[in-house]
Amino acid sequence: MTRGMRLPEAKAHVAEKLGVSPGDLSDPVGMNEIREKLGFGRITTFEISHPTQPVAIEAKFNIADVLGVPVNSVRRFETRRVGGAPQSVRARPGGAAT
Amino acid sequence: MDTESRIPTRMGDGELVRMTRSEIRADLEAGTEAAARRAKVPPLTEEELEHLLDIYGSPARFTGVDIGAEVVLSYDGSGMKTIASRRQDLQIYEQWFGADTIELHHVDYSFKPVKAIVPFEAQEMHEVLLRVVAPVQYGAQPNLGLYSRPDGPVPNWSELLPQGQIAEARAAQEDAVPLAVKDMVYVCEAMYEAGADGVDFDTSAAAGDADFQATLLAVEEVRRRCPELGIEVGMSGEFVLGMHGEVEYDGVRLAGLWPREQMKLAVRAGATIFGPVVNVHAGKSCAWNIARACTIVKPCAHEATIPVHMNVGMGVGAVCMTKYPPVDAVCRASRACVDILKVDGL
Repeated sequence: MTRGMRLPEAKAHVAEKLGVSPGDLSDPVGMNEIREKLGFGRITTFEISHPTQPVAIEAKFNIADVLGVPVNSVRRFETRRVGGAPQSVRARPGGAAT
Repeated sequence: MDTESRIPTRMGDGELVRMTRSEIRADLEAGTEAAARRAKVPPLTEEELEHLLDIYGSPARFTGVDIGAEVVLSYDGSGMKTIASRRQDLQIYEQWFGADTIELHHVDYSFKPVKAIVPFEAQEMHEVLLRVVAPVQYGAQPNLGLYSRPDGPVPNWSELLPQGQIAEARAAQEDAVPLAVKDMVYVCEAMYEAGADGVDFDTSAAAGDADFQATLLAVEEVRRRCPELGIEVGMSGEFVLGMHGEVEYDGVRLAGLWPREQMKLAVRAGATIFGPVVNVHAGKSCAWNIARACTIVKPCAHEATIPVHMNVGMGVGAVCMTKYPPVDAVCRASRACVDILKVDGL
């Protein structure tokens, strides 16, 4: 959604990163195992007995890492975690961001 | 004597009716011909009409795309305190409904009223992002009408136009555009800084061509300031109304644009998702409406260089104009859009 990739291209990118075929991405059985293995988060209603596994934004960090896609929320939280304060992104004259 | 069996199907207003396969076929042909004439685009092919007939001529309660051909399901207006708080509703959309993207929004759903409460909305965005995996958009309408009196500072062009004060009405719209752009950029940038994965300019061009111009100018500036932000431009109708008639974006006159041309300008401005709309004719069958919708959007979907998320909901995209769209109508329209248009999402 940030790169403007059309679906076949986006599915191919994700499938390659996960080592599966594009058709596998919508298989909930196979993907549940992959999501568990890679820490992508799962449906907590049914996976409630896995308190040590990543959920929510924790899982989103893993997704950004594995897929190699810039994710704004992940980048923001990473910045705050390290720097302790939100990084301003207001553009300066000339287009550079701080 | 009519010996064909009658199949339960829907009218555009949601009424359950029974039509023969021949009648459904005739409506499909009439729908695509009406669209081709109106939008000056090619009609659907014989093969496409036959596929639509298979979908709409089935008495099955539910239908769907082939396994492996699933598309992204994005949601505008998700998380509106239907069940619990906004953040809990968004968790429900992700965890129970399987939403691929979710959208935080304020119930007023226009950028102008959000401007005054943006610190609270940005904080809510931050809290939501901590609790979900799915990409989170912030959605609102450009809603240029809010900048005219009595809601806003500029004269009301809807009052001036019937009085024949064309120049004054145009000037009022031109004065409203920079005010709307400023508010949209302000809200989007605040959401970007809070961590939003995307923003949704929903129901763009609802107030006509100047509304669309404001949206495109805002998208251009948001893209410049927020390079990693997803930007969805969702339309309000199939055809940009010429409330002004002469405003342009990047040298293109906006009044009268159909989805393909709307999409091209959205891409030029910096959008990463485009949401075309085709309004429903409530007095025609859903079969007539889907043929018309697919015909109008097909050139847009086939030529797009960014994802196309067709608007398929109450009153648009061949889904009945009723508060509770029947699932039989929703699933048929959704499957038809994916199979015929190869859209990236709904």
